[in-house]
Amino acid sequence: MATPTKTAITVTVNGRPRHLELEARTTLAEVLRDGLGLTGTKIACDRGACAACTVWLNGRPVCSCMMLAIDADGQAVTTIEGLAQGEALHPVQEAFIEHDALQCGFCTPGMVMSSAALLERDPHPDAGAVRDALAGHYCRCGTYPHVVAAVLAAAERKS
Amino acid sequence: MNRFAYARPGTLAEAAAETGLVSEAMVALSEGAVLMAGGIDLLDLLKSELVTPSLVVSLRGVPGLDAIAQDAAGNLAIGAMATLASVAEHALVRASYPALAQALAGAASPELRNVATLGGNLLQRPHCWYFRSPAHHCLRKGGGHCFAIRGESQYHAIFDNQACAIVHPSTPATALVALGADVELHDAEGAARRLPLEDFFVRPGDDLQCENALRPREVLTAVHLPRLAEGTRMAHLRQGEKTGFDWPLADVAVVLVHDPDGTCHEASVVLGAAAPVPRRARAAEQVLKGRRIDAMVAADAARAALQGATPLSRNDYKLALFEALVRRAILAAAG
Repeated sequence: MATPTKTAITVTVNGRPRHLELEARTTLAEVLRDGLGLTGTKIACDRGACAACTVWLNGRPVCSCMMLAIDADGQAVTTIEGLAQGEALHPVQEAFIEHDALQCGFCTPGMVMSSAALLERDPHPDAGAVRDALAGHYCRCGTYPHVVAAVLAAAERKS
Repeated sequence: MNRFAYARPGTLAEAAAETGLVSEAMVALSEGAVLMAGGIDLLDLLKSELVTPSLVVSLRGVPGLDAIAQDAAGNLAIGAMATLASVAEHALVRASYPALAQALAGAASPELRNVATLGGNLLQRPHCWYFRSPAHHCLRKGGGHCFAIRGESQYHAIFDNQACAIVHPSTPATALVALGADVELHDAEGAARRLPLEDFFVRPGDDLQCENALRPREVLTAVHLPRLAEGTRMAHLRQGEKTGFDWPLADVAVVLVHDPDGTCHEASVVLGAAAPVPRRARAAEQVLKGRRIDAMVAADAARAALQGATPLSRNDYKLALFEALVRRAILAAAG
């Protein structure tokens, strides 16, 4: 059996191909933060139980802590850093600010990524659909009602 | 996580050949190779170092394992690598097997359903907190006894709990057993066999350290759903401590086949989170067969479903919970 060593992979991160050398045991969340310096993606529970680490894999929200980076070889990843268009924030980001939908902010990047993915899939969700889409996210500050209001407002704005 | 080598073979035979021990579910405390599907449960086991393989073999390189397709006879085959989200969203699943779509919608979170696969979900190791705790060397990990039986048993089994009190971790399995699903298993030589899902899961009385009938070098490749008879109706209901993203305290799948005159002539009632394997409530099924289903019949069947339960010190609340859920699921299915 081969001795575990570093493996070369290429992942398209926020539209840009990134060549990485990593151990197989490295998670996608770890390589985004420590390998690429994209620290907007947060690691909280590190077990897929809080969704703070949510990024998009080929456009769908996933927990980056529960995926080996090597399994993202050849795939497209979008992080919170890739959501804004230059200085122009994503409508979900704008709405989070306007609706005071964050307090300490640690869960916010993950919440924003899942909310933005929801609006891509369902541009006119009701409050129940927003809550379902965010069921995996924990906010220990308890911002949930403001988050739901922000996502509904972002949907209005986008349409 | 310990250091391990990684392989992503392009064929099933290579994948099976690389792994002496096969599947996410087969490898607690092993030093060998392990197959990885979506990897959600495996990463959890790796991070706790409950599994310390020298080689992880990813199935992501094998083409076609995520296909969902109906054959000419109307049976539906779901590839083991299909994600929970892709199965739940599939038009045929939603139209013909709504109880499965309902069970999937209540499994894990949206982010996990985008990665977790149906095969991996069926092969999860138990979520008993003593089993998952590196500090507890329980019976299922080769230790001396089950900590749950005299311990914190609020999430544990109310049936078949004398040796080891785990509940089966898969919610989709509850619906799949009620629907009469088969699993397809392939070995490294390319030979395939099919087994009813109900017979695939292993009770503690038969093997205390393994939850399914996979043999070494076998890979679970697909789940097969039979074409449903005319007059089939179904429901899946779950109750957790909260509405979304939580393990169910109880879940129930009911599949009924009604005659044109409204008499029930086939019934399948399955309890999840009740026993170490998805539990067919055969006594409840007998109550329903040959009857026109109304509130009284559903209540009789629900009482029958709990016959023989042996709750532990912290989980007798599940008796009333299951009774209500079975009754409601029967009425929801009967429409």
